[in-house]
Amino acid sequence: MTARDLEVDGLTVGYPVRRGLVRADRVILRDVSLRASAGRITVLLGPNGAGKSTLLRSIAGLQHPLAGQVNLAGEPLAGLDPRTRATRLAVVLTERFDPGLLRGGDVVALGRFPHRQRTGSFTAQDRRAVDDGLAAVHAQDLADVMLARMSDGQRQRVMIARALAQSPGLLLLDEPSAFLDAPARVELLAVLRRIAAERAIPVVASTHDVEAAVQWGQDGWLIGPGATVSSGPVRTLASNGAIGAAFDTAEVAFDPGTGRFRLRGPAASDSGP
Amino acid sequence: MRSRPALVLGTLAVLTLATAVLAVGVGSVPIPPSTTLRFFTGGSVDPTAAVLLQQVRLPRAATAILAGAGLAVAGLLMQTLFANPLADPFILGVSSGASLGVAVAVLGGGTLAGGFVAGLGLTGRAGLVTAAALGALAVLLLVLLLGRWVRSVVALLLIGVMIGSATTALVSLLLVFSDPDRIQKYVIWGLGSVSGTTWPDLAFLAPAVLLGIVLAAWIAPSLNAMLLGETYAASMGVAVGRVRTAGIVATAVMAGAVTAFCGPIAFVGIAVPHLARMTVGRADHRALVPASALMGAVVLQLCAVIAQLPGADAVLPLNVVTAAIGAPVVIGALLRSRTLAAGAAS
Repeated sequence: MTARDLEVDGLTVGYPVRRGLVRADRVILRDVSLRASAGRITVLLGPNGAGKSTLLRSIAGLQHPLAGQVNLAGEPLAGLDPRTRATRLAVVLTERFDPGLLRGGDVVALGRFPHRQRTGSFTAQDRRAVDDGLAAVHAQDLADVMLARMSDGQRQRVMIARALAQSPGLLLLDEPSAFLDAPARVELLAVLRRIAAERAIPVVASTHDVEAAVQWGQDGWLIGPGATVSSGPVRTLASNGAIGAAFDTAEVAFDPGTGRFRLRGPAASDSGP
Repeated sequence: MRSRPALVLGTLAVLTLATAVLAVGVGSVPIPPSTTLRFFTGGSVDPTAAVLLQQVRLPRAATAILAGAGLAVAGLLMQTLFANPLADPFILGVSSGASLGVAVAVLGGGTLAGGFVAGLGLTGRAGLVTAAALGALAVLLLVLLLGRWVRSVVALLLIGVMIGSATTALVSLLLVFSDPDRIQKYVIWGLGSVSGTTWPDLAFLAPAVLLGIVLAAWIAPSLNAMLLGETYAASMGVAVGRVRTAGIVATAVMAGAVTAFCGPIAFVGIAVPHLARMTVGRADHRALVPASALMGAVVLQLCAVIAQLPGADAVLPLNVVTAAIGAPVVIGALLRSRTLAAGAAS
């Protein structure tokens, strides 16, 4: 626990709805209190539609929380103007866009937007932040490559380098491994772990990939049944049955011993469907 | 690599001036470039040629430069704000609004609205310009008003298209009940022209276009971030709503003013930003805004020169030239540009 942690305090997230004069907000998660430690990667786990993206967007200030507070390094993030907030935290989203003529280096340089004056030129400090961002994800060779020509994995690394170029005190990633193959997913988690340690910032990444997260993650936030949120070292969440409670179905169960999902009952030994 | 945009901009600036010298020369009485250059450098020129240059050719060239620049920058703004390569300056219905204004003024002679317009003394050229400007302004205000409630750009785009369809329907209705003479006047306005503008006209057109370009240049860094989509832009501290409003106002002011004086000029607004991107080779709006402006000025001047059919007596409608010659050029350029083809495919 350090002074640079992310603290989520009594956060209620969802969508404001008004029926006439009555507030009938659609609450996704209620009264959530969590902490993400600086220097460590926190994986955000939960079934589809549990509210992982909504929680991340609310922490990032891209969506107004219905109640509660988010503090980074002891300072509330609410009320910061967008530009200042963008110097404190950076996000990597699932949003796709037309790459057009953008090159890797152009995209990473965009991360300096909140730091730059309107008329200011690209300073040596900007240059260094861009280079450091590219180096952190081993993407120096992608600086002059057109985004349109990159694989999904390369593009994802460039988007993370862009987030790092913002020199953030917090890195939030929504499903960063969604389009990646298995080795690239594991590598991504390793890279994020290293970034968290080297920059001494909290890194929070939501993921579908529970098995890789349990194996390579450090801390975990888990959205379980009934929209209850639990947290702890991700191995503990696996061994105490919390992950099983969140994901198990009639057919599939999470095995805390192997850290993998297996089929229940006699079907487990069959190789066929 | 870094100096390429500077080189492109310098070349385009020289080309703009060169095409201007060429453009003022063509017409019923040809004026050789040497005479034009002498006129500019203060040398002695045949008085007839001097008057022709002063009163007709220079306003025409200035109009083509301003209209081309304004439409190109407006098209660039719309393509970026709506993340849509098919967007053009008129996508929000500004030219439809202008058309409706002109249709009411020209066609509605016997109707109540026409009587009102005639009562204002808006029947001559000044009337057309005022009617077009009022129509464009009405549509702009409607789009901005609706834009306050609409969060998604796609919805805003659809609203613009719907407003355009509705105003076009009203124009068609007016056409049905009008006499052929008036219809012809409306049709001729719709063919577009950079001729006939006077220096007092330019005193309105020039500030409108320059204001739009300055506004576009002002939001250029934010537009670069908007290339990643509005959510990413917001996460990097871009005031997305304000940038969107500034872009729409700049577009409407430029497209509205140009349409008011020149009619709805097709093609330049959609094609020139693509040509500018290919030439600059970078998705940086700080270079793309001036490059689009200069390239628009060059392209529209060349179209106007071709429309004058040098050596012949006839004059082609401007929109026939912009579309018939411009469209194949752009399609060819797009097909050759592997980068853009790849971008569109993914």
